[in-house]
Amino acid sequence: MSAGPPAAPVGARLPRLEDPRLVSGRGCFVDDLQLPGMLHLDILRSPHAHARIHAIDAAAARALPGVAAVYTGTGLAQFLRVLPSAGGMEGFNAPEHHALAIERVRFVGEGVAAVLATDRYVARDARELIRVSYEVLPAVADPEAALAPDAPLLHEALGTNRAFEMRIGSDVREALERAAHVVRGRFVNQRIVPNTMETRGAVAHFEPWDERLTVWLSTQAPHLMRREFARFLAFPEHRLRVIAPDVGGAFGAKNNPYAEELLAAALALKHRAPVKWIEERQEHMLVTSHARAQTVELHAGVREDGTLLALHYRLVADMGAYYHAITHIGPMMTAALMTGAYRIPYAATDIVSVFTNTTPTDPYRGFGRAEAAYFIERTMDLIARELGLDAVELRRRNLIRRDEFPFATPTGHVHESGDFQLCLERALERFDYEGARREQARLRATGRCIGIGLTTHAWRAGFPSVPGGKGYVISGWEKTSVSIDPGGTVRAVIGTSPHGQGIVTTTAQIVAGELRIAPRDVRIIHGDTDAVTQGNGTMGSRSLVVGGSATLLAARQLRDKAVRLAAHLLRVPAERVTLEAGVFSDCGDPARRVTLAAVAAHAFAGPQDLPEGLEPGLEATAFFEAPNFTSCFGTHACVVEVEPQTGEVRILRYVAVDDIGRAINPMIVEGQLHGGLAQGIGQALMEEASYDAAGQPLAASFLDYATPRATDLPRFEVELTETPSTVNPLGARGIGEAGTVAAPPAVVNAVLDALAPLGVRHLDMPLTPHKVWRAIREADA
Amino acid sequence: MKISLHVNSRPVEAEVEPRLLLVHFLRERLRLTGTHIGCDTSQCGACTVHLDGCAVKSCTLLAVQADGCEVITIEGLAPEGTLHPLQAAFQEHHALQCGFCTPGIVMVAHGLLGRDSAPGEAEIRAALEGNRCRCTGYQNIVDAIRCACERVREGT
Ligand code: FES
Ligand code: FES
Repeated sequence: MSAGPPAAPVGARLPRLEDPRLVSGRGCFVDDLQLPGMLHLDILRSPHAHARIHAIDAAAARALPGVAAVYTGTGLAQFLRVLPSAGGMEGFNAPEHHALAIERVRFVGEGVAAVLATDRYVARDARELIRVSYEVLPAVADPEAALAPDAPLLHEALGTNRAFEMRIGSDVREALERAAHVVRGRFVNQRIVPNTMETRGAVAHFEPWDERLTVWLSTQAPHLMRREFARFLAFPEHRLRVIAPDVGGAFGAKNNPYAEELLAAALALKHRAPVKWIEERQEHMLVTSHARAQTVELHAGVREDGTLLALHYRLVADMGAYYHAITHIGPMMTAALMTGAYRIPYAATDIVSVFTNTTPTDPYRGFGRAEAAYFIERTMDLIARELGLDAVELRRRNLIRRDEFPFATPTGHVHESGDFQLCLERALERFDYEGARREQARLRATGRCIGIGLTTHAWRAGFPSVPGGKGYVISGWEKTSVSIDPGGTVRAVIGTSPHGQGIVTTTAQIVAGELRIAPRDVRIIHGDTDAVTQGNGTMGSRSLVVGGSATLLAARQLRDKAVRLAAHLLRVPAERVTLEAGVFSDCGDPARRVTLAAVAAHAFAGPQDLPEGLEPGLEATAFFEAPNFTSCFGTHACVVEVEPQTGEVRILRYVAVDDIGRAINPMIVEGQLHGGLAQGIGQALMEEASYDAAGQPLAASFLDYATPRATDLPRFEVELTETPSTVNPLGARGIGEAGTVAAPPAVVNAVLDALAPLGVRHLDMPLTPHKVWRAIREADA
Repeated sequence: MKISLHVNSRPVEAEVEPRLLLVHFLRERLRLTGTHIGCDTSQCGACTVHLDGCAVKSCTLLAVQADGCEVITIEGLAPEGTLHPLQAAFQEHHALQCGFCTPGIVMVAHGLLGRDSAPGEAEIRAALEGNRCRCTGYQNIVDAIRCACERVREGT
């Protein structure tokens, strides 16, 4: 590296600007807020999966000193609307969903009564004094069972447990008949819990003098929440302010307008007092959206040479008891991406979406795409095994080639660009695939149970808007305004709402790169709808590919104007002006210079001395919407060892090569990959939100729901390739979800490779020691 | 009940309900909100503070149990406006994303720093057994802790 001026900000491994506050305990999360006269909201929840509510006796609770009010569903219905949800979609069965249950509860954890009290301990005491008499009804937690004609009906008004059915893709029947081999399988992508380390929470405050309601929310989409809260409360949106303070992780689960936060806002309005609600961990396990919960039965038609001809899924998607914001999108996304990175001429998914007596499902890091990758990558291994082909060789024969982009799949997805082989070959080299196979053979001969698994995954990020979208609409555009004050302060106001992704730093790097200044001199504003008037939020790996592109465009516009101003001040044509280290100079005479700050001051101070046609001020706004999803892809490979005596799985090596298009801050990109891998490995090996047949959750705290700890994970070997995307000006690809997309199939493929000699053909996640041990025993018998 | 203790080297006296958790006392009465709450079963470690020099989970202790003790929270690790070498290493190594688990993990790591000047990867991972992070995958946390230990050992 050369000495002298600092390295270009874009591409630098810059330590995060967010960190000093957070690392020293000076962050501000929702629960850190304390307002005078604040009331605490606590919710009494159903212990039954399905029951009729006969009576609620809250007299003792109401009589407790410090209790301001107790509400029930029926009481609330007099002044509150039903919850926002996917209900608006045509052809969908849409159950009514209330902030608190009315007459009937449909999953364990559903809110039954709400207590407002002056103190969180008192609110809890009061909650325990409420008596509810229930008539327990038969429940159904398994989606297949819920489809049976005699299954208990969740929503009588709908007359069915089917939420919706849909076919996505081409005709496959004839192609399947033609295929030399048809491989069949059934894969479950199990229900899991997001488990952000900060649970959900809200503080709502109404200021009567200007009739404004402010809601601090642990959310990833303050603007969507502003819209939905206004709708739910029938409160004018322009008097509503939503603030996302520091948010302790979201992963897709803080994108839904939940009952509790809406209730906090409604009660702050009604009681004219600030109201705080903070979710407990056990509540989080019960009522924050669960995720995945998809099962496919598959038929894959394969030609003699191992190339795929046709693929069909029957996909059963568990919605839970109600829809959350975009519950219905999950299976559609899975269907759209079912062919993964492969050239499969005929493909279709028949979706059956079902209501069950369980927690509603909604996005979680990798939403729809993680399921798709899991199904197709497991399918590839199954085919390889049945045809006696090497897993890598099978993939090589089927991968879309770099000269085939843009590539339209039969299920309506377009891979805009890519180089799938590049990641595969890089990963194989780094992993030393041949060597690993030899080593595996050697260790197997000594009795050790070693497996190798890989994925050549393809997914997508940065969704575009859906024209004429109905229901809960999330637009695809993002907005950034970049400005320089007369005093020289550079600001970027961004519509995304980062909460761990490092977007503050990355945005500063992009702006700094355009203005040739230091990233720490760029102030980033986000998350407050009063300061950021429009935006769509942080989700679906869009913050950089879409939001970052808006930032780039705005910063460029700003620079162009500044260059014109500088040229005017230097009395030279704009083409002669160069910008370095915050100083404009005349390239013909570098001694003639003017600083960016002086140019900014002039933009405001000297309107009578501006170039012809130029407005005063120095500010630029750009909206960016991508014409298509950004294609994301990579290859992961891992080695695992199974301990046959205990069923324990250890990951010995994990290599991840993903294409980032263009890395703005490689350190942050790697961090995103690490975090996703941890969550993906968690799903593969330990996480599951299971229910018993009566709908009782079996994992409702960290005691029985395992998220990975430091000792559960290996070191990751991460490498990035950079093949620019064609659908955004940065050329960036999403990375946030790569780990959760790729790790589950990579790890499961490896474990099943290890178990293959023992005769185990398939196991569903999570591959817990008990499950693996049992499979080994059964195969043995 | 009346309690008196030292928090971040400052004397504190307070009248508390016997059932008040130490974490609520710190967060809500003293407004030291850097100590977080991530669970209700003592499993996440987000609430870790030092009590008489030992890393403890403040959600598992009552405020009255800290009577007469010396409590250090994340806010007390370094003088206002400066970073402790551990905190600096966390930033350098990108050992935090959302930052919610971070104060607890830093407090645990600080305990390790005092005990073992050259912990290896496995020891660091084992020391973090009582902490959960959902964002980072731990690798950068391990690296940050190892680097901070080295620096402290070399006295830089
Ligand atoms: S809050 Fe104390 S261990 Fe989780
Ligand atoms: S950084 Fe988010 S939980 Fe650890």
